[in-house]
Amino acid sequence: MTDLTNPQPASAPRNQWLDVWDQFKSHRGALIGSVIFLLIIATVYVGPLIWRIDPQFLPQGRDFITLRDTRPIWVGLWDSSAKVNWAHPLGTDNLGRDTLARLMFGGQVSIAVGLTAMLLSLLLGTLVGVLAGFTRKLDGPLMRLTDLFLALPLLPLILVASLLFRESLSAAFGPEGGTFLLIVILIGITSWMPTARIVRGDVLALKEREFVLAARSIGTTNNKLILRHILPNVLSPIMVSATLGIATAIITESALSFLGFGFPPDFPTWGRLLNDGVDRLVSFPERSILPGVMISLTVLSVNYLGDGLRDALDPRIRGR
Amino acid sequence: MLTFTIRRLVLAVPTLLFISLVIFLLLELAPGDPMAQVPLTVPPEVKEKMREALGLGQPMHVRFWKWLVQFFWIEPQVLVDHYFGTTFSEGDLRVISWQTRSPVMDIVIQRLPQTLWVVGTAYVVGILIALPIGIYSAYRQYSWFDQAGTFISMVGFSVPPFFSGVLVIVIFSVNLGWFPSIYDTTLVVDDWESFRRQLLQMVMPVTVLALQITAQISRFMRASMLDNLNQDYVRTARAKGLGERTVVMVHVLRNSMIPVVTVIALGVPSIFGGAIITEQVFKVNGIGQLLIGAIQANDLPMVQTLTFIFAVLIVLFNLVADVLYGLLDPRIRYD
Amino acid sequence: MTRKAILLGAAAGMALASAATAERGSDGNVNIIYWQAPSILNPFLTGGTKDTEAASLILEPLARYDASGNLTTWLVDEIPTVENGGVAEDLTSITWKITPGIVWSDGTPFTAKDVKFTADYCMDPDGGCAQLTKFENVSDVEVIDDLTVKVNFSVPTPFPYGPFVGVENPILQAAQFADCTGARASECTEENFGPIGTGPFVVTDFRPNDVIQFAANENYRDPNKPAFATVTFKGGGDATAAGRAVMETGEFDYAWNLQLAPDVIAKMQEGGKGTPVAGFGPLVERIMLNQTNPSAELDADTRSTAKAPHPFLTDPAVYNAMSLAIDRPLLVEIGYGQAGKVSCNWVPAPEIFASTSMTCDTQDIEGAKKMLEDAGYVDTDGDGVRETPEGLPMKILYQTSTNAVRQDFQALIKQWWSEIGIDAELRNINASVFFGGDPGSPDTFQKFYADVEMYANTFSGTDPQSYLGNMICDKAPRPETQWQGENISRWCSDEYEALYAELGKTSDINKRAEIGKKLNDMAVQGGAMIPLVHRGRISAHSNTLGGVELNVWDSELWNIADWHRKTGS
Repeated sequence: MTDLTNPQPASAPRNQWLDVWDQFKSHRGALIGSVIFLLIIATVYVGPLIWRIDPQFLPQGRDFITLRDTRPIWVGLWDSSAKVNWAHPLGTDNLGRDTLARLMFGGQVSIAVGLTAMLLSLLLGTLVGVLAGFTRKLDGPLMRLTDLFLALPLLPLILVASLLFRESLSAAFGPEGGTFLLIVILIGITSWMPTARIVRGDVLALKEREFVLAARSIGTTNNKLILRHILPNVLSPIMVSATLGIATAIITESALSFLGFGFPPDFPTWGRLLNDGVDRLVSFPERSILPGVMISLTVLSVNYLGDGLRDALDPRIRGR
Repeated sequence: MLTFTIRRLVLAVPTLLFISLVIFLLLELAPGDPMAQVPLTVPPEVKEKMREALGLGQPMHVRFWKWLVQFFWIEPQVLVDHYFGTTFSEGDLRVISWQTRSPVMDIVIQRLPQTLWVVGTAYVVGILIALPIGIYSAYRQYSWFDQAGTFISMVGFSVPPFFSGVLVIVIFSVNLGWFPSIYDTTLVVDDWESFRRQLLQMVMPVTVLALQITAQISRFMRASMLDNLNQDYVRTARAKGLGERTVVMVHVLRNSMIPVVTVIALGVPSIFGGAIITEQVFKVNGIGQLLIGAIQANDLPMVQTLTFIFAVLIVLFNLVADVLYGLLDPRIRYD
Repeated sequence: MTRKAILLGAAAGMALASAATAERGSDGNVNIIYWQAPSILNPFLTGGTKDTEAASLILEPLARYDASGNLTTWLVDEIPTVENGGVAEDLTSITWKITPGIVWSDGTPFTAKDVKFTADYCMDPDGGCAQLTKFENVSDVEVIDDLTVKVNFSVPTPFPYGPFVGVENPILQAAQFADCTGARASECTEENFGPIGTGPFVVTDFRPNDVIQFAANENYRDPNKPAFATVTFKGGGDATAAGRAVMETGEFDYAWNLQLAPDVIAKMQEGGKGTPVAGFGPLVERIMLNQTNPSAELDADTRSTAKAPHPFLTDPAVYNAMSLAIDRPLLVEIGYGQAGKVSCNWVPAPEIFASTSMTCDTQDIEGAKKMLEDAGYVDTDGDGVRETPEGLPMKILYQTSTNAVRQDFQALIKQWWSEIGIDAELRNINASVFFGGDPGSPDTFQKFYADVEMYANTFSGTDPQSYLGNMICDKAPRPETQWQGENISRWCSDEYEALYAELGKTSDINKRAEIGKKLNDMAVQGGAMIPLVHRGRISAHSNTLGGVELNVWDSELWNIADWHRKTGS
């Protein structure tokens, strides 16, 4: 009887986040995805400490001719006449710059831009979407605002923004920091609209569901309702937007830099390397394919990571 | 629902007017000069005269008013004249492009067929492929089909068309010689032979575009289906003894369509807007190419008109999506 | 006269020999691709090369430049000169005699009235004519009789071949454009899209910024020409795709202006379907040196204006060292290949105007370092960047338009400059902003908010007088001129100005050339710019297309009437 009056749990209640972690661990795709993602991060950020070639260094004089346009070493396997050089395992570009060093340096920029811009756009999109879907009064104005942003032509918008803010941002955060901020903000504020629309659509349906009604009837405040009940249920479209958003952000960055509103021309990023390589696609396919593979790998790994995270956060799946 | 639709349509008018004003101000503020493409050998005094001839000397509000009148009053008259042979618009100045000195709407109408053919087909093909892939991937989550679908769609989405387009041209036009690398906009389809040629020249641009569209929509479809497959009502439906097919294709699908409808509705205006890069790569010269060319040449009347039409479609399809939400989930109420 | 008869006979003989089938329209269709699409076919309302060249299939001038840059007769019998009495002794008028029997494509005769009309059309103050400079100092155009027209100048004009010569100002039909003068010029869509001309082709379908279809002109003066019955003129895309369509897939017969790296073109040529051809006009890729201070700390009225001279770029030791550090032959090899030559000159062509006094084809990093060292520019704080004697680090901003070759040049030159202790920060700007004259934008090449900038410039025709006039102090862009002006580097020299005034009074071609060369040397040695590469234009034609003669002084399609399909293909 004492047991009933004084219930003693067999063990301490498990932390919810431990459950989440357990579920995440058991998701094979998520594990592989996170390992690959961490590997990519390690390569681009730690790699340059080991592979100490300046990505912007051009060989001089005689070296220039011998070191430019070398192929990756594996090309030597089937084509013995190919110009390969063990000092540059992934080859060099048409000016003799080391491809491996450029890929690593470019990765730092692309991943940083991709992730931050994606987060900003998700944050904006989710905020607008939830507010519009949940609060009837705000729905009209916020959706008209979304329409406005969808309708604005991108290029003139970028021109105006860079005209207005580039110099002041550069002054405040240095030329590179300023450019980074400008790019991230530009991509963020021009790509949140689809997320907002999708989230709003889901929220509109969710808020009429029984469980929301139940939560409301026990006096849950609106804030809690959104955070506890609505948001977890719109997580999966947000995750999809996130993975697609990274790819878009990386490519948009290269378009901005190409137009001259991004990083300086000798500043490699994956998108720019991919773009620059297209002209020589037949002679030097690796110049576009390598950065292309890196972008795809990053997006794929983030996608699996997101899948795992979503499953882990879903109590219905976790219970099984 | 009908009152809601009508109210929204009425409200759309001030919204659109406001959007057109914002677009106009944005274009005014943007640095750029319609004389940018005139060679450096033409001296600045002459360029100044040319600017004046384009009407750039007038103050901003006068030009905005002129555009409003031309677009909302004169252009509809031209349309009426065209269909009924009347002469309402005779002598009135239409919206004139600075690049070509010809009416903007004429060029837009000239460009529509190729954009609708290529981008429209790609969109339809993309949706038709994406929906089954998304549904089946979710139903058999983590099967080899799902894994392959994930892999292809993510790679497909992360490879930009300026790369994939050139890649297919190099493979299929240069090396294999199967398809033409340059789209012939003058081709008139009037028999089987010309239809075959039209198909041939559409294959590559449609494939490249459809890949992106499929990737995007199938991901949303899959995610949304997954959310719903674990819901209690599915268990109830199964317990009721409903066939698996009915459960998935009727109950789950209907409830999963909301985000997908949003994404599709978001994409429809972009069919009209064309696909800028893909059109450029395959020389389709549709609306997308027209818009980017006009932006680069700072042809403001053209950019203003095109973006405005685009805005109308966006507002319209947003409304369509809202109406569809109500049909898909009758619990959603707007009033 | 006899010589002309012989030439005519020879030409006829050659025509007969070359192809027995040389009959109008016998060779079917020819496909031309311009990666910039023509927007309009009236050259007076556009300055764009793409538009004037497309129009040159239809509209023709009285005389034009041939492939080697010589004036050649087109709709007239001879080029008027002072010797043959066509140009007045006092250089104030020129009289053209039209070849009898020329008709417009609608069958009506081509007369002096059309010529006069064209001048009036362009000189109308409300028309916004893009070719107005061609009519500079023209007081009026007189019709003497149906086939004689006299152009009067308000001042003595030593080079009277501006009006009605070259691709930019052909003759319009008076009857067609009569209602399209002045402010109404841009309302005449039908006329602007389908001008009636005397050329070998007529427009059948014009789709702005997309494609033009032409058919042979039934009333063309040579009954056997053109050999092609129709022309498809596609526009749009990019240079790579255009080159590929001609040289690799063979879908097109002619691709214009392939601005591509030489290795890319060489690879395309391996496709075996076409051949690139290069021609050289006076186009020079150069680095302009800002003589004024572009520092962002200065206020808007002072920044990049003559009020604030540049802290070090005006020093001969600095700009000479910067020039010496550049390996021009390598730049040519990387960027232009057969379409480029090393140039130390601002005016590299025509031949007689090209100065030979300077050489610059060897790079000398050590020499450049020594030059800076001797002038007191030393690295005092050991960061690898030199400081001026005043202690200012030699850091410069180097901007140019977005273009793959230019970005390669930037990277190379930055590296070379860093070797001699000058640190360059690179920027690239979208061409439509960079070359646009928007006074509100900080990124235009006129505003020059950078220390050095790279672009290419040229002049039309063969006379560099007005081009040399670009370096007049008064033409510097500044706030008072809304940042318009051609003296981009804000270079200024009284000596130069005096000599330039003399050029305007000299008519003898050899003396003009002498003065021109001196002016060229003064500007380059005075540090207005660092010339890099004399750029040619490279276009490609299909191996089955005959008769192509690349002309950079006039329209590339100037002799399209002679193009034909090679037999046996």
